[in-house]
Amino acid sequence: MFSQIIHYFQTDSGQYWQYVWQHIYLSFGTLVIAMVIAFPLGYLGSKIKPVATFCTAFAQVLRIIPSLALLFLLIPYIGTGTLPALIALIVLALPPLLINTILGFNEVDPTYREVGQALGMNNRQLRHQIEIPLALPYILNGIKLALVEIIASATLATYIGAGGLGTLIFTGLGLYDMTYVVIGGVSVALLSLLSMVGFDLLIRRIRRHDQTNYSI
Amino acid sequence: MTKPIIQFKHVQKSFGANQVIPDLNFTINQGELVTILGSSGSGKTTTLKMINGLWQPSAGQVLIDGQPIDQLDLVQLRRHMGYVVQQIGLFPHMTIAENIAVVPKMLGWDQERIQQRVNELLELVQLDPTKYAHRYPNQLSGGQQQRIGVARALAVNPPYVLFDEPFGALDAVTRLELQKEVKRIHESLQDKTFLFVTHDINEALYLGQRVMVMNKGQIEQFATPEDIVTQPATSFVKELLGTQQQNRDLWRQYHD
Amino acid sequence: MIDYWNANWSTMVVDMQQHLAMVLASLGIALMIAIVLIALLMRRPNWLNGLVYFFSLLYSVPSFAFFAMLLPISGLGMRSAIIVLTVYCEYVLLRTFITGIQGIDPALVEVAQGMGMTRRQAFMKVQLPLALPAIFSGLQVALASMMGIATIAATINAGGLGQLLFEGLQTQQTVPLLWGTILTIALTLICAGVLKMIEWALTHRWKAALAKN
Repeated sequence: MFSQIIHYFQTDSGQYWQYVWQHIYLSFGTLVIAMVIAFPLGYLGSKIKPVATFCTAFAQVLRIIPSLALLFLLIPYIGTGTLPALIALIVLALPPLLINTILGFNEVDPTYREVGQALGMNNRQLRHQIEIPLALPYILNGIKLALVEIIASATLATYIGAGGLGTLIFTGLGLYDMTYVVIGGVSVALLSLLSMVGFDLLIRRIRRHDQTNYSI
Repeated sequence: MTKPIIQFKHVQKSFGANQVIPDLNFTINQGELVTILGSSGSGKTTTLKMINGLWQPSAGQVLIDGQPIDQLDLVQLRRHMGYVVQQIGLFPHMTIAENIAVVPKMLGWDQERIQQRVNELLELVQLDPTKYAHRYPNQLSGGQQQRIGVARALAVNPPYVLFDEPFGALDAVTRLELQKEVKRIHESLQDKTFLFVTHDINEALYLGQRVMVMNKGQIEQFATPEDIVTQPATSFVKELLGTQQQNRDLWRQYHD
Repeated sequence: MIDYWNANWSTMVVDMQQHLAMVLASLGIALMIAIVLIALLMRRPNWLNGLVYFFSLLYSVPSFAFFAMLLPISGLGMRSAIIVLTVYCEYVLLRTFITGIQGIDPALVEVAQGMGMTRRQAFMKVQLPLALPAIFSGLQVALASMMGIATIAATINAGGLGQLLFEGLQTQQTVPLLWGTILTIALTLICAGVLKMIEWALTHRWKAALAKN
């Protein structure tokens, strides 16, 4: 099998890198768009109760619907291809981002806000100098969770025609060819491990002076 | 009739590089109610925790009833040593009766004996057994909870009871009430040795038959309350009494 | 929908059984491993933290890829599926259990020892019961995600409700897709309900007392 793997890379490395690129493009595209949606919404949620209730309910419902079912069920409405996959992945990435953003802003001790106000900060200054830095650990945590979900679901997105490394596993399973299955599986695993370790290092850098105790 | 029951011989205790107790020597006799008075960081709680072996001395010897503590079975020792702490320390998932019954159960008492003892103890700390036995700690006030703490410590009639600032978090009125209670209980029980750690000078002088004043891990004075008030041994003790005096002067000023 | 059920109910029941078997087996195995690991490493928090980080990395590996990588080792079928699900469960359970146990006031543990409990007794009588709410919330989270991930196990012939989803995808029919989704959700909710009841039976007495204050 080892020689077959080498053979694959000698003949089809162009195709391989195309899958890798599709996977990364899809994952990080999703992450950026989901963050743009989730952060303002989550911030609003921490201020306005009904928004928070709505977001939490949305996340709860999504938690018990299997990601695979969601991907497939959306096909009749949004079709197949990269754009539909992107939409489906954004939906899947929103819950952890929303929940943790709301949690983060809610956890900010009101005393700090009062002290900030007493020092003469306006709302904008309060948000940028007090609320966001204190909520940051939770928000980063939400991003990490979302990233895990996105990379995993992006692998499945091959079933709705978005390409990516999942295609290799899918093809391999279809042909019962272990070479494709293993190359695909290991590549996806490496991609997710690298993103996780990279993200952990980033969090550690940001949290150097932060004593908050939290976990995923 | 003075029988030494707890002895410290050249005890030293460090946490890492931080030496909390350099060299501690004292003897406590059977049946005494001794209070240990000191501010936070004076080593008073450390001293107490070395008596029930929660912490081990870095050097020197602790003797319980003449036997070195490192030769005793700590688990057995602690079951015969009542322990009351400031954070109340009642287990929130057990009822009042279950909390009191923890040690009797471990010692294998039968159900009937446990039940009887629980009722006895609740009456001793003046809480109606029919009303309180099956409640949970959170349904009681702070003062009531600490009464249960005392009852639990007395459950198996231990020869020693250790109190680690038990009333520190209570309001002044409840505190006074419980101090009287502890004094009454000690007088009513024969030959029980009570060791009571506090940072409150009033509490120490009121409760203690002898008071051990600690500062920076050392004993400044270990004497009866009368001796301490009339003949303070060191400038530290004098200062401590000085703050007390100041308080009293302030009161007098407003009363006149 | 009803027609589809009438025509296929026997396969669907088998799918449900397989699905349930996969999830419960992995949850059970993971639970036992978690208890053993925590009991053994309780006093070595650094090792435990390292272990949790190790499992967090495994957890971040997408299930589809994980299944794929196991194929050459443990082959097609339910065995590979259970291995993968167990690893995911293990991470969720370890993390929540440890957080739960560490969240208990250390003074209570010290008092327990001060009263003459051995470490074992303090763990069994004080730490474990007080950590039960956290333990059950961990089980709930693990349950819901394993139910979802188990659908993907259909790709490696492990059976389960994922088969209905793939059938729907391949035949371009919504009905089996909907059935697969509904049955998975129903199974999740029923199991979650059972877990809640067990938790309630174990803790409702003292938790009700806590809630009043």
